[in-house]
Amino acid sequence: MGEFKVHRVRFFDYMPSAIRTMAFNSQTERLAVARADGAVEIFNFNDNFFQEKVIPGQDGRAIEALCWVGHRLFSAGLNGEITEYDLENLRPQYTVDAYGGPIWTISSNSQGTQLAVGCEDGTVKIFAILEERIQFQRNLNRHKGRIISLCWHPSSAQIAAGMTDMITIYDAETGQATRRLLVDRAMGASKNKEVVVWSVGYLSDHTIISGDSAGKVQIWNGLTGTLVRTYLVTKWDVLSLIINASQDESSVIAGTSEGTVIQFQFISSTLDQHDKEWVRTRTFRNHSHDVSALAHTDTAVVSGGMDTQLVVRPLLDKVEKNTQESALRKIAFPHRSLVGCAKKAGLLLFQFPDRLELWKLGENFHYVHTGKPGDRLPVKRKPEKLIELKRKGEDHICCSALSACGGWLAYSTVSSVRLYRIQYNKTISINKVPKLPKELRSVHQLCFSSDSSKLFASSCQSSVIVVAVSQQECRYLHTLKHKTGEWKARMHLLCASDDGKWLATANTDCEIHIYNLHKMKLHCMVPVYNSCPTTIAIHPVTNNLISVHADQQIFEFSLVQKEYTQWSRRLQTQGLLSLWLERDTPITHITFNPKNPDHIILHDTYMFCIIDQSLPFPELNAVLWNQMTLKNLPVSQRIGQSHAFKICKIFQHLMCVSLLEDLSLVVVERPLLDIMSQLPAPVRQKKFAT
Amino acid sequence: MAALYEGYTLCGLVPDQNLSSSGIQGIEEERDRDHVVVTDSTRSVTLYKVSDQKPLGSWTVKQGQKLTCPAVFNSQTNEYVAVTDNKVIRIWKEDDILLDKAFKATVSSDVWKVHCTHGGEPVVLFQRGAVRLLDSLLAAPQQPIEEVLAQEETIRWSTIIVAETQQFIIITTEQKGEHFLYLQRLNPNSVQRYRLEREEPGLSPLSFSAIYKDKHICLLYLYPNGHMYQSVLSVRGLGTEEGVQALPLPRSLLLGLPVGDGQLEAASAMALDEAHVAVVGVPHPSAGGGKDFLCIWNTNFQTLQAGKEMAGKIYGQLWSYSNKVFIPHGKTLSIIPFECPKSSLASALGKLKHTKTEESKTPNSVPSWNNILHGEKAQPSKTAETRRTRTTRKSQSTTNLTTDQVLELIKTAPVEEIQKEVEGFLTRSEFQDLQPSVGQLALTLVSRSLADPAFYSSSTLAQLVHTRCLCHSVCPDLVLLALEKKDYFLCQLCLQFFPDIPEAVTCACLKAFISMPDVDAEKVSLEPNSVTFMENLITRDRAEAGLQNGFSPTSSVVNDRQTRAEDKKKASAPSQLICPVGLHKAVLINEILQTPYSDTFLLPHLKDLSSQNVMLFLQYLQFLYLKYSQDAFPQMEGFRSPSLSQIMDWVCLLLDAHFTVLVMTPEAKGLLLNLHSFVKSQVRLVSELGKIEGSLQQLHKMKAKESIGQYSIEIIELF
Repeated sequence: MGEFKVHRVRFFDYMPSAIRTMAFNSQTERLAVARADGAVEIFNFNDNFFQEKVIPGQDGRAIEALCWVGHRLFSAGLNGEITEYDLENLRPQYTVDAYGGPIWTISSNSQGTQLAVGCEDGTVKIFAILEERIQFQRNLNRHKGRIISLCWHPSSAQIAAGMTDMITIYDAETGQATRRLLVDRAMGASKNKEVVVWSVGYLSDHTIISGDSAGKVQIWNGLTGTLVRTYLVTKWDVLSLIINASQDESSVIAGTSEGTVIQFQFISSTLDQHDKEWVRTRTFRNHSHDVSALAHTDTAVVSGGMDTQLVVRPLLDKVEKNTQESALRKIAFPHRSLVGCAKKAGLLLFQFPDRLELWKLGENFHYVHTGKPGDRLPVKRKPEKLIELKRKGEDHICCSALSACGGWLAYSTVSSVRLYRIQYNKTISINKVPKLPKELRSVHQLCFSSDSSKLFASSCQSSVIVVAVSQQECRYLHTLKHKTGEWKARMHLLCASDDGKWLATANTDCEIHIYNLHKMKLHCMVPVYNSCPTTIAIHPVTNNLISVHADQQIFEFSLVQKEYTQWSRRLQTQGLLSLWLERDTPITHITFNPKNPDHIILHDTYMFCIIDQSLPFPELNAVLWNQMTLKNLPVSQRIGQSHAFKICKIFQHLMCVSLLEDLSLVVVERPLLDIMSQLPAPVRQKKFAT
Repeated sequence: MAALYEGYTLCGLVPDQNLSSSGIQGIEEERDRDHVVVTDSTRSVTLYKVSDQKPLGSWTVKQGQKLTCPAVFNSQTNEYVAVTDNKVIRIWKEDDILLDKAFKATVSSDVWKVHCTHGGEPVVLFQRGAVRLLDSLLAAPQQPIEEVLAQEETIRWSTIIVAETQQFIIITTEQKGEHFLYLQRLNPNSVQRYRLEREEPGLSPLSFSAIYKDKHICLLYLYPNGHMYQSVLSVRGLGTEEGVQALPLPRSLLLGLPVGDGQLEAASAMALDEAHVAVVGVPHPSAGGGKDFLCIWNTNFQTLQAGKEMAGKIYGQLWSYSNKVFIPHGKTLSIIPFECPKSSLASALGKLKHTKTEESKTPNSVPSWNNILHGEKAQPSKTAETRRTRTTRKSQSTTNLTTDQVLELIKTAPVEEIQKEVEGFLTRSEFQDLQPSVGQLALTLVSRSLADPAFYSSSTLAQLVHTRCLCHSVCPDLVLLALEKKDYFLCQLCLQFFPDIPEAVTCACLKAFISMPDVDAEKVSLEPNSVTFMENLITRDRAEAGLQNGFSPTSSVVNDRQTRAEDKKKASAPSQLICPVGLHKAVLINEILQTPYSDTFLLPHLKDLSSQNVMLFLQYLQFLYLKYSQDAFPQMEGFRSPSLSQIMDWVCLLLDAHFTVLVMTPEAKGLLLNLHSFVKSQVRLVSELGKIEGSLQQLHKMKAKESIGQYSIEIIELF
């Protein structure tokens, strides 16, 4: 296969935001995760935990709680507003001010007709959920002190509200407080510190379960108002607590500041006994920091917190052991590329929520070709940050693009698109292109044509806007639509072919459309596969479309013949190795080798792979990662042993792998340790012998 | 004053048949001052470590290929760059064995030379005058190379000079008998052409040398008629007009060297610093017509500072790196260290007197142990002096007493007067010139004392010893004389300062010290530092004898069953830790312990000690060992004190010398058992250290793994 010069880049200091809260929709199997910067991410648990949607954040939008009502997603935050999201166009649909100060919690009743929010001023406000909006109904009786947590009784007749030092039970009809449960403060020195009930749960048998800042999980009888059981689970706070409400309500999990998740189950404590009780059963320790968000699916515990990772921990009594299903998953990086690469100019564009950074790669001494594999070449010129572009406005950047020549840069927020012309003379000048066509307003994905003359933008209503960019002006050309009038899922992937003839788009409904740019109309549609494409690319020589899906399948589709290629059919017949299919991070980027059309380069977080289409597929019992074996073989025997998948695991935590025009690889790494080291210190824990 | 020191040979040469060239193309400095790369005129490149006179590596090109430019070392990438057959650039690393497998690139035009400054990027100079940075050249090796020089113009010499941060290439060319100079600035590139003034018709410069000083480049060139000119080129204001037009280059005559009969043929001049020039192949003014001399001239005073005759033919080649001149002559390449202190007229003249007396009177140079042991500098060689300077020196007169006069005085005068005069003499003289005269003074003093038992001047001798210019071999009788006169202070000084006391004398001192009654010893005044050390050791013993708590090394050392009883006795009787000898006696013995010796020579003399002396000495050593291994090790900063290993070595030596006697002596039994346990504990310590050695080495290896950092360019291979 040969040697590659690799630019190993570690200066992309991408820092994910802490997970604040999450909500799981058991009907659609979607998990909504809100981050501290206000971004909301939707994960599809049916499709290999693929992050299918990201609603970019906004300054000042501090989401404290999320709530699904059917297919609708609501959030409430410390800015005092309730927001409903447009999940197709990935932006807030509307916001309603609750006029009660910061909102700490939001909860809907089981019928999905009413929303209750808990406010700083001590009121619980009820909103009616209407077709297109929500409407304020009334306040429950007001109490002194803020409402921190809320939970509806499944019958929708009562609401339990966690406050400081107590839990109040309201009658949802009358709005009167029917019962008040006093929560003990912590023992010892913090006796005079008030205790905050961070989280409550209300079961159909009127059991109330609470987690509080004194580290207790308490089980109450809601009918009598008596304390049934107290579990002291941590020295610090129990921050979150959730019941598997969609099932039999027999399991509760609680997340603590120590990073542990503790499961309680309603089971009989001894065998053959029928009277069940709540028993502390399992402890999961997958986080280093606060666990502030939890979700309980049928088969797994999902947790997230300060350490920014989403952890899916299957419950081993609910899944088959030693399968892919039973594996622990940690989702640390977004399932889309935040790095743009100008292959001709050797530039890298890093996308942050609040800024873009344009870097020029370094250079080694030209004549040092004497390096052996594994060598580090002396660097003649260090990489250089050319531009740091701060975004305007309070909306975070949702997508960005850099043209292959490096001369154009575009980014978009939910409200606007900006296009810049960058000139590299002796100094670098960046000029905003004024007067963009008004069609370019809200886009989800941006992409330049390879000759940098056109900008494609996926817009709302599943259309693609084509804009011609040149020195003089920026002119609207055309809007590509596949079916007029039909309201479809938004495009999340865009890809133009090198010869400028084709444009491929993919949407979250798993559809891939091909447009002919010469005729400016739809060419064909790729047969729909039941897993969402994670990345697509058009081969520069053969004009075949390569698509990789969330379930790790790879397809090659001939645009000319409008059918899957022989190679793709062979791959499907033979099947991919299970080791390939069981990888838990999606392929997020594909590039091609301009010198060898047989090579397809793709990467996920933990490896990059060069697929050589001229080589046979590995046998089902073959070793997928066979580089070490090949290395130790004499050259003559390598041919017989090698197969199409050349996997390199030297570089880890990859954000981008790309091949420059001079055939050197660019590898952008973001080691998890670097992210960890930037997190605030975790709560102090007594460790043995410290 | 500049001086040439004794040279040494780096390697042999293979000059061609008619001895016209030395067989060396060039010598370039490698990674540091101590490494050079020598390129011979045919096929091989050798890396030498200069101080070891040893080749570290050698590379040879294939038969039929020829190195056409000296290899240079690129310290940025740790690679060597050379050119073969004018057009092939080769780059290799130190661990590459075969040159043919190393990187090579063929360029489109003939290369004259590759130049590289330390820490800079290599620069390729083409025969037609074009200049390229190596890196940019190799990015496209076949790029067209422009012609800078006119037709029939050829390069004669070139060099690279760093002026501040700017690199300059200087090229001299010849075209139809006229000589030109190009000053080429790199990055941004600009070139200026100068025309050298004509010397007598038919004469072209023999050698060039350039040096950067005071923001100007000084160019030095030597003509066959012995005229050495200097031209000063400004670094600034270059490149306004491209140098098609040749500016006349002003010059000034720096030196008119004597040429003897005929004209110079193979001669070379090289600027060593601002004021000194090394010249080779020019006759010595006072040594007739032979031209095989290496001379250092001071250009400020136009004086000859040092000269040295080189055996064999001189090829007119000369290099100089870090105060060493590299000169091929005959069949060897010699390295001659030199020194060019800042020259001033006063220092040059003040020096004259001393060198003269030294030369005329002192017996052949006295070996200086300090120099040989510590290698501060090699002995200055006998330098050839010019007749003129010799006569000027003779006319100098002095008012103070010279060495000879002091020597005469010592033979007759009373003690007090001698003391005064010697003191005066010592304060007057410079340290460097002191050594021979001090030896003579001491020798005369000792011989007079030996001849005349009534005469003994302790303080004068002590003063002389204190200069540290004396050693035992200069006046062998001094120590014994001091012993005889019971001048223990002088003995101590001698033991401290003489690095070459024979074992027999050491032993004699030891015997005298041990058998000396304590009462006598306390009367002696000794060197205060060592006394303080010993005092500390003993008083601490008294103060803290009963205060051992926790871990006690004595008990761990003596944990054998056999020694249990002994141990108990020791614990009950703290007298064990009382010093067995008096304070001053101990100080003197400490001095013995610290003198260097060789055990084979010492052993027979040690056997002469009586068994009582051996017992006492061993007891004292045991005391020291216990003190050292006890509590905080008392070896205090700034005090001269014997080390633990020295003590152990002496214990072993004594036991070796007197083992049978000691075994037979009943009193020695306890002592022997104790000493046995010491040795055992030492052995255990060493074996424990041996055990952790592996782990420590592993630790060392781990550290070597470098961190990745923010950015790197790596090579990977996929199969």
